[in-house]
Amino acid sequence: MSEKIEIKKLNLFYGDFHALIDVNLGIPEKRVTSIIGPSGCGKSTLLRCLNRMNDLVEGVRVTGSIKIDNIEVCSPNTDLISLRQKVGMVFQRPNPFPLSIFENVVYGLRISGTNKRSVLEEVAEKSLSEVLLFDDLKDKLSDPALGLTLEQQQKLCIARVIAMRPEVILLDEPCSTLDPIATLKIEDLMQILKKDYSLVIVTHNMQQAARASDTTCYMLLGEMIECGETKDIFTAPKDKRTEDYISGRFG
Amino acid sequence: MKEYFEWLIENLILICGVISIVFVILIFIFLLKEGSGIFSHTSLTGFIFGKDWYPISDPPKFGILPLILGSFIVTLGAIIIAVPLGIASAVFLSEVVPRGIGDILKAIIELLAAIPSIVLGFIGIVILSPIIKNIFNLPTGLTALAGSVMLAFMALPTIVSIIEDAINSVPKSYREASYAMGATKWQTIRRVILPAASSGILAAIMLGIGRVIGETMAVLMITGNAAIIPTSFLQPVRTMTATIAAEMGEVIRGDAHYQALFGIGIVLFIITFLINLVSDLFLHKKRGKA
Repeated sequence: MSEKIEIKKLNLFYGDFHALIDVNLGIPEKRVTSIIGPSGCGKSTLLRCLNRMNDLVEGVRVTGSIKIDNIEVCSPNTDLISLRQKVGMVFQRPNPFPLSIFENVVYGLRISGTNKRSVLEEVAEKSLSEVLLFDDLKDKLSDPALGLTLEQQQKLCIARVIAMRPEVILLDEPCSTLDPIATLKIEDLMQILKKDYSLVIVTHNMQQAARASDTTCYMLLGEMIECGETKDIFTAPKDKRTEDYISGRFG
Repeated sequence: MKEYFEWLIENLILICGVISIVFVILIFIFLLKEGSGIFSHTSLTGFIFGKDWYPISDPPKFGILPLILGSFIVTLGAIIIAVPLGIASAVFLSEVVPRGIGDILKAIIELLAAIPSIVLGFIGIVILSPIIKNIFNLPTGLTALAGSVMLAFMALPTIVSIIEDAINSVPKSYREASYAMGATKWQTIRRVILPAASSGILAAIMLGIGRVIGETMAVLMITGNAAIIPTSFLQPVRTMTATIAAEMGEVIRGDAHYQALFGIGIVLFIITFLINLVSDLFLHKKRGKA
């Protein structure tokens, strides 16, 4: 099993606050890796380091190294545009643009300068098919995306990321605004997507991590406590703190 | 005692609210009462589409088409100048400069609205019109263009302020999504933020038009006041508002000329009323979506 992402001695500060402390982590290729932990433990912050979204926050300082395919992410010379095309992100709340369904899916192509109608249509169909939306939506691609159900919106956001042919997809609590059935459907979708993409999901829902991920990492107060095969973490955690958390004694 | 006090306050507020509506209705009735007499002298179509405004010739002619078109061309010019500037300023304030500086700059731009229009008129006469005269080699710089430029400055504060609010109310999640897709700042502004703020932008434009079309003093001073049908921005024109302001002092109360000026007032009232209505619709559409 090869490692897609290699995080070494990563530290992150919000001003004086030390939010990530010496995080070391390898994220395997074409698998689902989940990061769990109580609120405020830094799991979303860690996720946002991988596509440098923390750059948008003022007063953030990062030290250490993140390598994706041996390319350093944290270097000031990193080309953010190609990084973010390679590492797509799905957010907590579905956030389709207030544009049509079609324009949402092809947004990534448009900004990289592709405007040829036939290419756009082909990619839109392929991407929507991959997230199992195409059959439902093929006749209303020009409808506003904000008219869809939350589940459809979230799938559309995934399709929007897929359309750029990324290698890694980051999911930041992607199901927290969805009902249990929609949540299961997104989890099923993740199982399909991991054939082609490396997925990293942040979740506060332990059952979701147990159901949907191959590797699970437990974080607490900015530190990476334990990381391993999901079944090992949930049946035989090595660290006492992990055991407390997953057995519900804490968090 | 407490209930009595509540009752009193509630009804006082009700009366205040009703009074402002009653005033609008009374003003319209007053305009109609004073102005409708003109239509026994000149037909409605003759009044609106008549090409000649000779109120003191014999017989007088009350065609306000040149005045409507005068207002139209000055407003059009002002909007062509003010809208791109306004959008650019608003984007600059909300997306480019840091938050704190943006707030200070916005306050300064809003200060533009505090300049009395007669002062802008002075500037127009003394500085702008000689420049226009020299650039285009015209007999006079007092033209529709001069009016448009000055009115654009008057409309800018309103336009910038409303567009900036509209841009700020675009959810942060749209920006995040766009940046996370590898979009640049400019791509995010053009493809996501401006479309998302479009109803606010349209409302700003409509309110800007409303502000410009009703403006009197500056246009009276700098547009040259020739009641002819305009064919270019480089001609003197006369607007509806300037006509009323300039001629009201000379008319005999109750005669046809007096009624005709009130007739212009009615037309102007209806135009601004419609513009405000449309901009309100855009603003409500925006709120409905959010």
